[in-house]
Amino acid sequence: MTAILVLVEHDGGAADDLSRQAATLARGYADAAGGALEAVLIGPGGADAAAGLGELGVAKAHVAEHDGLGQFAPQAWGRTIAGLVSRLAPAAVVAPGSERAAEVMAHAAAITDLPFAANCVSATPGDPASVTRVRWGGSLLEEARLHGGTKLLTVAAHTVEATPAATAATTEVASFTPDLADADLVARVVERAQTGAGGGISLADAKVVVSGGRGVGSAEGFAAIEELAGLLNGAVGCSRAVTIAGWRPHTDQVGQTGTKIAPEIYIPCGISGATQHMAGCKGAKRILAINTDPDAPMIANADYAVIGDLHEVVPAISAEIRKVRGT
Amino acid sequence: MALNILCCVKRVPMTGGRIVLTADEQAIETRHLGFTISPHEECGVEEAVRLIEANGGSSTVLTLGPPEAEEQLRDCMALGIDRAIHLLAEDEFDGQATARAIVAAIEAERAAGTEYEIVFFGNESADAGNFQVGIRVAHALGWPCVTGVKAVALEDGGLRLEQEVPGGRDVYRVPLPAVVTVKEGLNLPRYPSVPGRLRAKKKPVESSTPERGAQGVAKARLVVPVDEGSQTEVLGRGADAAPAVVELLERVGVLG
Ligand SMILES: Cc1cc2nc3c(=O)[nH]c(=O)nc-3n(C[C@H](O)[C@H](O)[C@H](O)COP(=O)(O)OP(=O)(O)OC[C@H]3O[C@@H](n4cnc5c(N)ncnc54)[C@H](O)[C@@H]3O)c2cc1C
Ligand SMILES: Nc1ncnc2c1ncn2[C@@H]1O[C@H](COP(=O)(O)O)[C@@H](O)[C@H]1O
Repeated sequence: MTAILVLVEHDGGAADDLSRQAATLARGYADAAGGALEAVLIGPGGADAAAGLGELGVAKAHVAEHDGLGQFAPQAWGRTIAGLVSRLAPAAVVAPGSERAAEVMAHAAAITDLPFAANCVSATPGDPASVTRVRWGGSLLEEARLHGGTKLLTVAAHTVEATPAATAATTEVASFTPDLADADLVARVVERAQTGAGGGISLADAKVVVSGGRGVGSAEGFAAIEELAGLLNGAVGCSRAVTIAGWRPHTDQVGQTGTKIAPEIYIPCGISGATQHMAGCKGAKRILAINTDPDAPMIANADYAVIGDLHEVVPAISAEIRKVRGT
Repeated sequence: MALNILCCVKRVPMTGGRIVLTADEQAIETRHLGFTISPHEECGVEEAVRLIEANGGSSTVLTLGPPEAEEQLRDCMALGIDRAIHLLAEDEFDGQATARAIVAAIEAERAAGTEYEIVFFGNESADAGNFQVGIRVAHALGWPCVTGVKAVALEDGGLRLEQEVPGGRDVYRVPLPAVVTVKEGLNLPRYPSVPGRLRAKKKPVESSTPERGAQGVAKARLVVPVDEGSQTEVLGRGADAAPAVVELLERVGVLG
């Protein structure tokens, strides 16, 4: 029986969320293709994580063991997958929607000279396979035919809901030693530099994000945005117009080429709602837009809106919060 | 150490708040749109210009795209890039075919006497987001590749590169030549000056027409995702809306 391989990324001895999503898509693919779902795990702790994969329906887990895989080395990881592709000739290798997994799959694709479709939301087996993948950071979908003896793809993050298999499998764990060359280890992580920030609430994890756009008008104008974010225990974000103007650092930018956020509530102030900005805030549960222009795309995309000048509205909200709190 | 640096950029439409497709569903309707390159690629161009300013050498920009993509090549040259290579293509190439065409161009450059030490790519293209062209080119050349780079420094004849990961930055050290794929935030790109724009008009652009070949990821059609059609509830106008906003924040449970 042909195998469908899923790349499982793991942290602390268990498959991470994106890998569970990938395994769910891979299982559907395996069912449709009449194949067995198998996993590949690379890096320290792989064997521990492999033990918990039965629930996802993984029949067999291939755990790579090699001294060179202690630190992340993208080409070595890609070589490890390429080795399995030639040894097992799987119908497909499905990987999670992390940037690291995409990088590893691109290496595997380059080594095997196979096509590779990044960020798929669905995949149907066949020759070629039919996939739907995201473009423009999720603002557009592409239906495509994916060729190659083994189909290589990643699953766009948070587009597939991770579910356990109807009947759990007993996972057979098999370790193997990939064939790595010195050249595969030239680009590898040699140290971890900490970023200065620390302490504050990270944009990616914040429950509340208050963002400012070109409408804020200046770096100083962000004082009112910061005040409101602070009152709500949230993080400050911004649009690209703001980072280009130098009013805020790029680490604050929300969007396709900035940070992807997923707060309980997102409050964009003076941001028009370009598709590339929306690509970063699709994960927000609710959007409350503050904008002078009732026809701004951001208003149409929002759940709630206040039409007005942010320089009046934002301080008024902060004052009202203080009033109800009696501070 | 004088360097030869190549930057690869892709012409893409500047979409607005809503994407409209052409009737054949093969592309974005661009009649009313301007064009640009990915912000990641802009940072690659800026980094190349800075490295050449600091170390001497020469920078080249390359694009695979329609004749109109010369606009993006001139834009990059206005920022200080010395010369351009235009691979002419009417249709979009998939990741494999794009890499093949770029590798052929780099090999032709080598045959003509130009050896690059660094090739900069964007981490991903703005439109297709294939996450692969730079890596495929690195393999074909036999060079190391580091992706998603947010800091570049020349060190002991090689490169020290920082990549942002959850919780910090991973550091890589690689020898030259190398492929580096970069992300926005690496630097703050300069604006073109008027003399820069004038000079760019006279800089050389060499063009050729590569074969597209079979497409391993063959685009069938594009689809605009259906939005959930969220009704927008207007809470009010101006400062008077504040109480309604605070009520909402209370309901959502973020007032603490
Ligand atoms: C490939 C690519 C990637 C990109 N990636 C990103 C990205 O990651 N993130 C991102 O944000 N952008 C990104 N962009 C840029 C994006 O296309 C827009 O240009 C940008 O988001 C616009 O920023 P803005 O909304 O602040 O400015 P504008 O579009 O100028 O909008 C300003 C808004 O403020 C409103 N306004 C003005 N004054 C006031 C006031 N006093 N009170 C209230 N409202 C007011 C106006 O009505 C308007 O709606 C990208 C572009 C490209 C081509
Ligand atoms: N048509 C193209 N012309 C020149 N460079 C390209 C082209 N397509 C992709 N690239 C480069 O490869 C990077 C990654 O693209 P992709 O693999 O499509 O995500 C881009 O940021 C560009 O630097």
